[in-house]
Amino acid sequence: MGYQMDFSVVFDHFPQLLWGCLGTLGLSFAGMILALVIGVLGVMARGSQIGWLRRLVIAFIEIIRNTPFLVQIFFLYFALPQLGLKLNPTVTAIIALGVNGGAYAIEIIRGGVQSIHRGQVEAGFALGLHKTQVFRLIVLKPALRAIYPSLTGQFIMLTLTSSICTSVAAYELTSVAQRIESDTFRSFEVYFTVTLLYLAISWMLMTAFAAISRQYFSYPTR
Amino acid sequence: MSSTSTAPNSTEQPLIVMGAVEKWFGTFQALRSVNLSVSKSEKIVLCGPSGSGKSTLIRCINHLESYQKGKIVVDGVSVTDNQKAIDVVRQEVGMVFQSFNLFPHMTVLQNCMLAPIRVRGSSKQEAEATARRYLDRVHIGNQADKYPAQLSGGQQQRVAIARALCMQPKVMLFDEPTSALDPEMVKEVLDTMIGLAQDGMTMICVTHEMGFARQVADRVIFMADGMILEEAPPETFFKSPNHPRAKQFLGEILAHH
Repeated sequence: MGYQMDFSVVFDHFPQLLWGCLGTLGLSFAGMILALVIGVLGVMARGSQIGWLRRLVIAFIEIIRNTPFLVQIFFLYFALPQLGLKLNPTVTAIIALGVNGGAYAIEIIRGGVQSIHRGQVEAGFALGLHKTQVFRLIVLKPALRAIYPSLTGQFIMLTLTSSICTSVAAYELTSVAQRIESDTFRSFEVYFTVTLLYLAISWMLMTAFAAISRQYFSYPTR
Repeated sequence: MSSTSTAPNSTEQPLIVMGAVEKWFGTFQALRSVNLSVSKSEKIVLCGPSGSGKSTLIRCINHLESYQKGKIVVDGVSVTDNQKAIDVVRQEVGMVFQSFNLFPHMTVLQNCMLAPIRVRGSSKQEAEATARRYLDRVHIGNQADKYPAQLSGGQQQRVAIARALCMQPKVMLFDEPTSALDPEMVKEVLDTMIGLAQDGMTMICVTHEMGFARQVADRVIFMADGMILEEAPPETFFKSPNHPRAKQFLGEILAHH
């Protein structure tokens, strides 16, 4: 009667679990970079004078935000090869995370851009700067600062979502855990530990984001 | 070559010519057949009740606002919707705003160096030397490494003036530069503008500072309802305004001074 705890399984496989954590961090980090790039370019395209580009971005956001992540990654991994585009699990995971996170990032960053006073843009124009220069040099940094908590929150979400990438056998913490569990049948011990490891990863990221904020967004405001 | 009788010592072509300019915001007409010619080194003060179109007028000169009819020519370049022309004109026209509009994430020095480097293609050293020269000139050289939020309103506006000067413009536009300032800071900004006027800068100032107008303006232009109603040297304008709207306006603002 009762379940006998045996955490020795976890200790035996701890190196593998740590490698899994690194896999998760790697996928997530690459996904965040891609999401940020998509977010910034998407905001520029979203505010463009070119009608079809604007509508394309809106359609992209709608599609990504209203479909499940699991279906999106299956689409990349199982559907695209039918059209001749075969991606390995790591690349699939990074693209899926980046594209999914990017759609959310566009809307978040757009909010930041809209919070910037019109006078900032006009001052840039009056000095002779072009639209893209005004965006890149004047608007972007204060806009990112304004929405930094939401954006980094989204990035933590992205990191946790990366566990779904186990479904295409990408190398990350959850897939490592599944393998250990199926070898040892120690479900409780393994997933209890994995839960703690995800918590640790989230806290680490939050600390890192706070440090980045102190470094880049520390200019005084009123 | 035409010369304007109102501008002293000038036989050159006017720096700015506005001919029959009309502007609408939707169905609201903001400018009605505005004609204006500004010579090199001339100082113009634009005044009038709020909503009279003064700000809109100067914002059309550097195309922060488009206009629908008429023409504006700045230093021989026609200000149209053509981006090339707009670029050329904006390099020659500096602007100072009511709300300063300094870039909060850049130091005072960086604010002043941005456009010379990115627009004029100056080297960093060149841009920094120019920036420090103009910051010294507006008496704020010792604050070069501070951020805008660490400065008072008056200091911020002086930095904004220096930032515009760093592009070495031919004309400076001032859009109510002292309206957002606490009273004790108005003087330092006006003194900076007076210094600039004495150095021969061509200036168009939208302001209600009538003391400033008396002291530096070659012409005071009074606007109401999008029209220029009166145009006269300051002595004449303040002593004996012709138009009833101008009389009323002067009565109202002088009552407070």
